[in-house]
Amino acid sequence: MTDPMSLMAEPGADGRFGDFGGRFVPESLMPACLDLEQAFKEAWDDPAFHEELNGLLRDYGGRPTPVTECHRLSARLGVRVLLKREDLAHTGSHKLNNVVGQALLTRRMGKRRIIAETGAGQHGVAAATAAALFGLECTVFMGEVDTKRQELNVFRMELLGAEVRPVLSGSRTLKDAVNEAMREWVATVEHTHYCLGSVMGPHPFPYMVRQLQRVVGEEARAQCGEILAGADPDVVVACIGGGSNAAGTFAGFVDTRARLVGVEAAGGAAITNGIPGVLHGMYSRLLQDEAGQIEEAESISAGLDYPGLGPEHAHLAAIGRAEYTMANDAEVLEAFQLLSHTEGIIPALESAHAVAWVARVAGTDVLPKGSTVLITLSGRGDKDVAQVREILGRGGQS
Amino acid sequence: MTTRAAVPVVRAEPGTMEAALRAQRAAGRKLLIPYLMGGMTGDWGQALAAVVAAGADAVEVGIPFSDPMMDGPVIQEAALRSLQRGTVPDQVLDDIGRAEVTVPVAVMTYYNIVFRAGHRRMAHSMVAAGVSAAIIPDLSLEELSPWATEADAAGVETVLLVAPSSPEERVERICARARGFVYAVARMGVTGERADVGEEARRVVERVRRHTDMPVCVGVGVSTPEQAAEVCEVADGVVVGSALVRRLLAGAGPEGAAEFVGSLRRALD
Repeated sequence: MTDPMSLMAEPGADGRFGDFGGRFVPESLMPACLDLEQAFKEAWDDPAFHEELNGLLRDYGGRPTPVTECHRLSARLGVRVLLKREDLAHTGSHKLNNVVGQALLTRRMGKRRIIAETGAGQHGVAAATAAALFGLECTVFMGEVDTKRQELNVFRMELLGAEVRPVLSGSRTLKDAVNEAMREWVATVEHTHYCLGSVMGPHPFPYMVRQLQRVVGEEARAQCGEILAGADPDVVVACIGGGSNAAGTFAGFVDTRARLVGVEAAGGAAITNGIPGVLHGMYSRLLQDEAGQIEEAESISAGLDYPGLGPEHAHLAAIGRAEYTMANDAEVLEAFQLLSHTEGIIPALESAHAVAWVARVAGTDVLPKGSTVLITLSGRGDKDVAQVREILGRGGQS
Repeated sequence: MTTRAAVPVVRAEPGTMEAALRAQRAAGRKLLIPYLMGGMTGDWGQALAAVVAAGADAVEVGIPFSDPMMDGPVIQEAALRSLQRGTVPDQVLDDIGRAEVTVPVAVMTYYNIVFRAGHRRMAHSMVAAGVSAAIIPDLSLEELSPWATEADAAGVETVLLVAPSSPEERVERICARARGFVYAVARMGVTGERADVGEEARRVVERVRRHTDMPVCVGVGVSTPEQAAEVCEVADGVVVGSALVRRLLAGAGPEGAAEFVGSLRRALD
C-alpha cells in the first residue's frame, strides 16, 4: 500500500498505488518490464542522468516554461487564472519531458529503436523528435481514425524520420494503437524500447512517466510562489486522457492545500463512468461492459479518446486527494475560442478541457469568485485548428 | 520479491488435464491441442466436436476479449467476429458444456474477463461447464495469486506460459506453479502463423525440462503438420491456433477443421 502520508511517492515493488497499478503483461514482456524498472531506478539515482536530462530539457526543450497570468480571462471569469505554459515547450506540448527521459534510458539499456502509440499525435511527434535527436529508429502506432484527424502530425513524424503505422483494428483510435504497440514490443523487445506516452501501462511506466513529468508541477509550484507572494493556488487543474500532464502537475502540489482537479473528456470519463479492471498491463478504472469488454471512448480530442486512465489517478480519486470531473465537446469548443480571444493563446483541444471546466464553474460554489486557479495548458492548438475550423464551419458540434 | 508474488507452491494431485496428457505421453503419443475461438461461427460447437474426433488430445477454447494484446490478426479477427455475434463469456462456457467433448478443455481468455466475472464465480462456472484448465496470458506470475487460489480450490488447472525471454529463475518459479501442462512460447511475438518455429522453441522446451516433468506443449507460430512434427522432436505436444482459426474464418466448417486437425495428427503419429 502507498502510505497516505507520502502521497505520490514511489510505489511498492509490486507497482501498486493503493489497489491500482500492477503488471498484467504476458510472460514474454515481464523480463523487459523488470529490466526497465531496474534501469530507471539506477538512472533516477544517478546525478549524471539528471544533469543530462535537465540540460536537454533546458537547451533543447526550452524549459522552464513560463507561468502566464491571464488578466483578461480572469476579469471575464471572476477568478484569478494562471496558465502553466507547456504549449511553449519544444514540439508544442509537455510530451517532450517524458520522451527525452525515455530516450536517455533507451540508450542506457543499449537498445537502438523506440516504438510509441499516439492519439492526437503529440506523443508521436515528441517520440519522433527524441529519436531524431538521439539517432534512434522510431515507429509510431496511430489509429487510422486519428491519422485522418491529425494528418499534419503524421507528416511531422515522417519528416522527423519516424515510420507511422496506421492501426486498423478495433475502434482505430488510441486504445488500439496501444494494443498494436504492445504486440510489436513483444516481437522486438530485444532491441526495442516501448516509449509509452502516459502514466499508464504496466509498472514501472505509470511511476516512471510521472517522475519524468513532475518537472511541470515543480516548476509551476515555484513560479506560482513568486507570483502569489509565497502562496499556492487554491485549485490546480489539468486535463486527463492517460493523465501524464495531470500527474506531473499534481506531483508538484500534492503536499500543499491546493485542490487538485483532473478533467476528462465526457466521452472517456474513466473515473466518473468507469469501473475497476485490467487493460494494457494495469489495474485501473475503465469503461467496460458487464462482461468486461472494453468500451470505446469518444471525444472531439484524439488525445483524450481513451477508455481508462493511469492507475495513480484511480488511487488519488479513491482516497479523495484529487477530484475528477469532465467536460463535453461543446464546452471544449467554447473554451478553445475563449482562451484564443481573451489571451491570444490557442490551446490544444485536450488542454481546452481544463479551461472548459474552469469557465463552467467559475463564480459558483465549486470555484468561488476570487479563487486562484492554476491550469496546466498541456499543449498548443495548432494541430487542432483545421478540425475546429471544419466543425465551426458546419455551425455545430461534432 | 513481494508478498503478492509469493504464490504457495503446494502440489496437489494432478488435475484432469495433466493426468490425461501424462497418460497419453506415457503411451508414446505426441499431444495435439487445437485452439478455437468460442462463438466465432454459428457452428463452432460442431467444429469443437469435430477436431476432437479428428485426434485432439485436449482442446483450447478462446473466450473473446475486445483487446487481445497477445494475439495476431487471425485470432483478433475471430474475437471480433465472435463479439459482433453477441457472444458473452457464459455462453461460451454453456456451449462447451453442451458439446460432445471427450478430452479435457482449457479455456483461454484475458484477465479482465475473469476479473469482471469474479475469480470464484468464473472458476465455478468453468467447473460446471466441464472445463479442466485456464490459460490467461496477461496474468503474470506476479499477479497470479488471487485467481490461482480460487482456481486451485475449485479444481481448475492454471496453465502458465514460459517465453524465450524468461530468465532461468522465472522458468523455475513458473514450472513450480504451473498446472495442467507448461505452455512453451515458441518465439517472441503474438499468435499467428510463422515460416520457422524450430530453434527457439527447442531451446525453451529444453529449459523447461530442467525444472519439471510436466507435459510441455509448444504454441505461438506452429501452423503446419511439418512444424508440429519438428517441434515434437523435443516437446510433448503442440498447440495450433491461428492456422485452424484462419480456415474456420474462411468457411472451412467442422469438416474442414477436422481435415486439417487430422493432417496434424498424422504428422505426429
